[in-house]
Amino acid sequence: MSYTPTELMTINAARKLSDGQVCFVGIGLPSAAANLARLTHAPEVVLIYESGTIGARPDVLPLSIGDGELAEFADAVVSVPEIFRYWLQGGRVDVGFLGAAQIDRFANINTTVIGPYGSPKTRLPGAGGAPEIASSAREVWITLRQTRRSFVDRLDFITSAGFLDGGDARKRSGARGAGPTAVITDLGVLTPDPITRELVLTAIHPGIEVEQVKAATGWDLAVSPALTVTVAPTEAELACLRDLHARTLRAHGGEAGGD
Amino acid sequence: MATQKFSTLQEAVQTLIHDGDSVALEGFTHLIPSAAGHEIIRQKKRDLTLIRMTPDLVYDMIIGMGGASRLVFSWGGNPGVGSIHRFRDAIERAWPQPLAIEEHSHADMAARYQAGASGLPFAVMRGYVGSDLPRHNPNIRFIECPFTGERLACTPALNPDVAVIHAQKADRKGNVLITGIVGVQKEVVLAARRSIVTVEEIVDDIHDHAQMNSVVLPGWVVSAVCHVPGGAHPSYAHGYYKRDNAFYKAWDAIARDRDTFLAWMEKHVMGTADFAGFCRSVAAEGLIGTLPEEFCR
Repeated sequence: MSYTPTELMTINAARKLSDGQVCFVGIGLPSAAANLARLTHAPEVVLIYESGTIGARPDVLPLSIGDGELAEFADAVVSVPEIFRYWLQGGRVDVGFLGAAQIDRFANINTTVIGPYGSPKTRLPGAGGAPEIASSAREVWITLRQTRRSFVDRLDFITSAGFLDGGDARKRSGARGAGPTAVITDLGVLTPDPITRELVLTAIHPGIEVEQVKAATGWDLAVSPALTVTVAPTEAELACLRDLHARTLRAHGGEAGGD
Repeated sequence: MATQKFSTLQEAVQTLIHDGDSVALEGFTHLIPSAAGHEIIRQKKRDLTLIRMTPDLVYDMIIGMGGASRLVFSWGGNPGVGSIHRFRDAIERAWPQPLAIEEHSHADMAARYQAGASGLPFAVMRGYVGSDLPRHNPNIRFIECPFTGERLACTPALNPDVAVIHAQKADRKGNVLITGIVGVQKEVVLAARRSIVTVEEIVDDIHDHAQMNSVVLPGWVVSAVCHVPGGAHPSYAHGYYKRDNAFYKAWDAIARDRDTFLAWMEKHVMGTADFAGFCRSVAAEGLIGTLPEEFCR
């Protein structure tokens, strides 16, 4: 069965979640992966969205972080101040699952500006919930497509902290949690070196070459000597993901003119 | 507090929002007070400081029509679609006028409204660790916890001149019921000096509809209640209508180009008398997908 790079990324990200884990979910790719996990191997995963929905079980993927779909089947719906104070800052989140516009070798994230802050070349949406998710969850996973534009040598702006300058910089900063323990892309999986905290390519997806990953990275990417190849998506995973996307498209009207 | 609780949206915006005010239209993807945003544009309010966690279409419109000089926010985009182009044009190219920005995170904005509602001077949180935001925003500072010595972020309380929200129901006494994703609406109303609430429906007694512990704003904390069915479109009102995702997608093309945007706003907002008129106008172009038909007649 053939599959797309995005399907590879989403399925590999989904596999990381386990039953019972509490996951604070970003919109977009993280949300697709988290819900795929819930619909396959981790039915009891607890999905929290920053709109205040705890234990969300959307039947289709939300287009926005606060779709009614999220509230309808949630265990609890709380206010936005409460979700950030009691649930995130209170230390109840196992995994913060984030997307990003740009990332650097220490897994710091930029979602604010490209170019100088005062006169940006490109104004991005901004921080949203990410700075506190990145510094409060027990660990953080990041999922994004890997290109030279997104994997950059130097960020113009650090919106949310990864390992900052590397080494023990994160620890010294006062950030809680282990920080980004995995970056899942359409080409492979990167994890931080235990000492330097620089991202290392530790797994590649089937059919992807190491040179291809290096070419899509804006710095000289380190490759693990124990590099593994991820398991190809199963038919069941692909069927579930495609069904989820098809339901989502129908529910959101697509171009077909409404539901 | 207010004597004339019920009014038309036109009257409420006229009497409660003034040029130069700080105004917070809140609603976290749900219950976004779009109709009130249109009315602010129709009445050509100027020099506003706009406050909102998630500036999206409603602020894209006000910014593009030249109503705002300053924006306080934590995430600006068209959820699930991409950029909001009038916001970007204002920041990147100062069109139609320069827009000063003050940028925070969601957790912080929520905490600032809470501090404002609590009558406290500042909000405190474990935030912005390792982020560059404090370098560019002098309102984000750090203090040492007097008990543990931990370094914590603090920011000034938010007390907008006017809070504007949309809710499902109000009763004859002006008590307001909000259900579903409740966002920061309670906090923003309690933090603000004045408030406007647009509602889907006026009922006799809110107690017939609200379960115990529901989010109910007692009428005496609200300045004005306006009956504006559909007033949260293209966002949604839980129990009334769904999010109009097609409209959000369509907005991308409408707002991308300055002239297209201006022509669209002139026709559908400036060229209509009220929100019902707006609905009829855009429905005629097939642009409304989820509002009950009676709103668009």
